[in-house]
Amino acid sequence: MHSFAYHRPKTIAEATSKRAADPDASYLAGGMTLIPTLKQRLANPTQVLDLSAITELKGVSVANGIVSVGAMTCHADVALSADVRKVLPALADLAGAIGDPQVRNRGTIGGSLANSDPSADYPAAVVGLGATIHTNTRQISGDDFFKGLFETALEPGELIVKVTLPIAKRAAYMKFANPASGYAVVGVMVADTAQGVRVAVTGAGACAFRQADMEAALAKSFTVAAIKDIVISADDLNADMHATAEYRAHLVGVMARRAVAAMA
Amino acid sequence: MIKISLSVNGTERSGDVEPRTLLVDFLRTQLGLTGTHVGCDTSQCGACTIHLNGKPVKSCTMLAVQADGQNVKTIEGVAVGDEMHPMQAAFKECHGLQCGFCTPGMVMSALGIIERHKGDHLNEAMVRHELEGNLCRCTGYQGIVNAILMGAKNMGVKVI
Repeated sequence: MHSFAYHRPKTIAEATSKRAADPDASYLAGGMTLIPTLKQRLANPTQVLDLSAITELKGVSVANGIVSVGAMTCHADVALSADVRKVLPALADLAGAIGDPQVRNRGTIGGSLANSDPSADYPAAVVGLGATIHTNTRQISGDDFFKGLFETALEPGELIVKVTLPIAKRAAYMKFANPASGYAVVGVMVADTAQGVRVAVTGAGACAFRQADMEAALAKSFTVAAIKDIVISADDLNADMHATAEYRAHLVGVMARRAVAAMA
Repeated sequence: MIKISLSVNGTERSGDVEPRTLLVDFLRTQLGLTGTHVGCDTSQCGACTIHLNGKPVKSCTMLAVQADGQNVKTIEGVAVGDEMHPMQAAFKECHGLQCGFCTPGMVMSALGIIERHKGDHLNEAMVRHELEGNLCRCTGYQGIVNAILMGAKNMGVKVI
């Protein structure tokens, strides 16, 4: 690792003002991506602003049909939350399938979303459930948040404070996990929400996206049969040593059908 | 350098660290607690698993400064005097190791599994699923899984 300075701000205002004063400072959430990145010398921040002492960024609450998750809430706390398990089990399932137990005890929803790894799980929940990202300055719709490979709508220094996820009538998340890393080769969240059916795909493209053909078909008939003949184009999908674009396109259909079947 | 103070295996310890010092390096080189191993250094193998405030985490993927003021437990804090912890005894009994390099991390993860399921039950599939964060390159895992199930039983967890 290159050397850097370290600060542990106590408030959101302290963190954002330190970041505003130094564009080369980096926020540190759970560190499950940033610390390996620092170890490989792929990042070289002047200072690391550890967000772990900011208590207002932590916690899960359920009220008025909304699940609210603080940005610094770790995956294990979402997965093991009895409230989340009761009202939005698909979210608890998704959080409980991220990485491994040690990663789930450190990694956070805010860190995962800000990173926008194409194979991360949480983006599927944010897009699939129609969530809202609350930052220190504004609210961003989940549909508008992910802009590309490791790219989001966040401005430099903008800090995610919490994520609010409307409780769906029913929802399920299925992923084809990389057997070594647990990352989604492809993951699909299908949700039957008050605003209609939403189908969100992670792992397959540069960032999480909605699959409009499936949404339209499921809106007419919420059955596996309704989407079984939909062909997903491999154009612009990811291809790497783990899977070709064509295989990922195929997996989008398989995971979507499994998700719908799980709700039958 | 930053001065940090933390509880390690129930004892207050302190030291001066660079911000970039990893927790595992602080434990091994500054405190001499070499039971915590570095297997991969890429957050995958789990040999460096310790408990931070009672929960298993990978100490190679955390800065030492982040542990300032926290409670850390390493494999050295598991046995009571010369008496092995029931989980350690189960690893010995079931031969849940060959070279032993992954064993400290396996035991710390196993204790995390017990903690999460102590009022509940455990079965082989659950143990295998929750061992995702630990790699063993020798055993094929059968002995390790057997050991965790025996340890769980001897610690009063219902095994089905």
